[in-house]
Amino acid sequence: MTVFIIRRLMQSILVVFIMSFLVFSGVNLVGDPVEMMVHDEADQAERERVIKAMGLDKPWYIQYARFVGNAAHGDLGKSFVYGEESLGIIVQRMPATFELALAALLLAIIFGIPLGVFTGLKPELRASKVIMAGSILGFSLPTFWVGLMFIMVFAVMLGWLPSTGRGETIGVFGIDVSFLTKDGLSHLFLPALNLALFKISLVIRLARAGTREVVHQDYIKFARAKGLSTKRVIFVHLMKNILIPVVTVLGLEFGGLIAFSVVTETVFAWPGMGKLIIDSIQNLDRPVIVAYLMIIVLVFVIINLIVDVLYSILDPRVRLQDVRA
Amino acid sequence: MNDTTKSKTRVDVAENLTKNPDAGVDTPFRRFISDYSDNKIATVAAVVLGAIIFIAIFAPFISPQNPYDLAQVSILDSKLVPGTKSLDGWTFWLGTDGAGRDLVSAMFYGLRISLGVGIMSGIIAMCIGASVGLAAAYFGGRTDNLIMRIVDIQLSFPAILVALILLALLGKGVDKITIALVIVQWAYYARTVRGSALVERNKEYIEAATCLALGHNRIVFRHMLPNCLPPLIVVGTIQTAHAISLEATLSFLGVGLPVSEPSLGLLISNGFDYMLSGMYWISFFPGVALLITIVSINLVGDQLRDVLNPRLQR
Repeated sequence: MTVFIIRRLMQSILVVFIMSFLVFSGVNLVGDPVEMMVHDEADQAERERVIKAMGLDKPWYIQYARFVGNAAHGDLGKSFVYGEESLGIIVQRMPATFELALAALLLAIIFGIPLGVFTGLKPELRASKVIMAGSILGFSLPTFWVGLMFIMVFAVMLGWLPSTGRGETIGVFGIDVSFLTKDGLSHLFLPALNLALFKISLVIRLARAGTREVVHQDYIKFARAKGLSTKRVIFVHLMKNILIPVVTVLGLEFGGLIAFSVVTETVFAWPGMGKLIIDSIQNLDRPVIVAYLMIIVLVFVIINLIVDVLYSILDPRVRLQDVRA
Repeated sequence: MNDTTKSKTRVDVAENLTKNPDAGVDTPFRRFISDYSDNKIATVAAVVLGAIIFIAIFAPFISPQNPYDLAQVSILDSKLVPGTKSLDGWTFWLGTDGAGRDLVSAMFYGLRISLGVGIMSGIIAMCIGASVGLAAAYFGGRTDNLIMRIVDIQLSFPAILVALILLALLGKGVDKITIALVIVQWAYYARTVRGSALVERNKEYIEAATCLALGHNRIVFRHMLPNCLPPLIVVGTIQTAHAISLEATLSFLGVGLPVSEPSLGLLISNGFDYMLSGMYWISFFPGVALLITIVSINLVGDQLRDVLNPRLQR
């Protein structure tokens, strides 16, 4: 186990370094950072001064070492637009994104598991077929377009729910959250549902496949033969066994939710990290772009690490295989 | 259900054989067509997809106007409700956008760009991914380990995130989004091909080819690749649908295609500004077109998977 975790940890660190190098070279080779720093009428002397001040006259490996060194101190440069430390700006926006992603995850479980188990138990019903067709639609619908349609129907036409922003927030341990106020909750619902739609379809399929497999197992037959109520068989024997794959996949998909929140946040003007990166790309705010990329890579590497370690605890075959390899 | 239809086709084939020895021969292609058309929905999807591809290819000839020729577009026609007559007397069936373009024409041209980018990136990614996957399976050992590690690491990041990172660094443009989509997709192809190539590698015909002292290239591309094609085709269709959806999403976010290349995603994005004032059609119809495209590709892909999967065959 320890060997597996250490190996996995080393791989994560390697990935972070490779990504930092890619981001660094992308920013410095593809674009011209000097162009961004000097004004148009700057003469040659002025340009050279900037180049020297930014350390761009040094060889690339020294520049890279400086970049990594600064990044390790949490210094990824000041935002051109906000004039603050770019890292700080992103960390400020993080809770909004995580709140949205967690809300979507919750909706995926609340809607996905019951619908999936239902269609798995009664596949021949018309309702099941409608649910399955709906789940195909959920996979195919482009998230941003569904978001637009939500806004059109629920905000513009019906006027039931607000379409932009987070609404009223309350500070909990210094973090602003929306879900504790009525206003915030009404702002949260549409974006969270929009983000969750894809995952709901996924959970329905997983739960259905799991149910259909488990239903024919001997221990379910035995539980039935023992005379247990259908309710108990479903909620104890069946649920327990379909939950492992569902939970694992959902854990893996949490990263996907954070990534896709870029889309939902842009549609619903939700002030999270995703909206920030899109605005920053639009404004060519390079320090914020770099900081976002580094942070998101870090977040994903951590999520992947946690998932892999959890997976190896749940399924011993994984770690045995890796140690041997 | 499948069994009855299949035995029926067998009888048909037998009857045809007695009548006309040439007409009813059970060639793999005919069997494929008859297996495919077992599923009505998938058949409809294939026809719809064919129509969409036709529209995309011949958009300049069949659309009512060239929406990007300023001489044909009048700002006086802007923001018209679907079904309104234009000043010249013909009808804007789906209305017009903010600049007075006929939405039907704009969608035809948009389909062209969306499909073009999606299919182009799919083909390039398939070539790269298939070559890499075959190499990994054929050479095995360290090569395999290294390649699959890279694939695993890349696939642990969501596609949209990888594309966003690349486009944040590269900038906008048809070439850039194609590059980004290729980089996003190649790993799926590599993984798929490696999986089936690993099975093929241990079969006797590869052993025979090796004993004939054929070159690596010949064995891999002439002997192994054709036998790995079915799963590759299935992944190809599904991935192309993903690529089209991803391109639309990225263009909507304003990091994909430039305004001069209006794909369906950009049309939807343009309509977003008008939607809050109740002009739904500018975003709605391009979205429906996108949805129909993606759903029909997915349905075709699903059916292809069922038909081409040898385990499900008799």
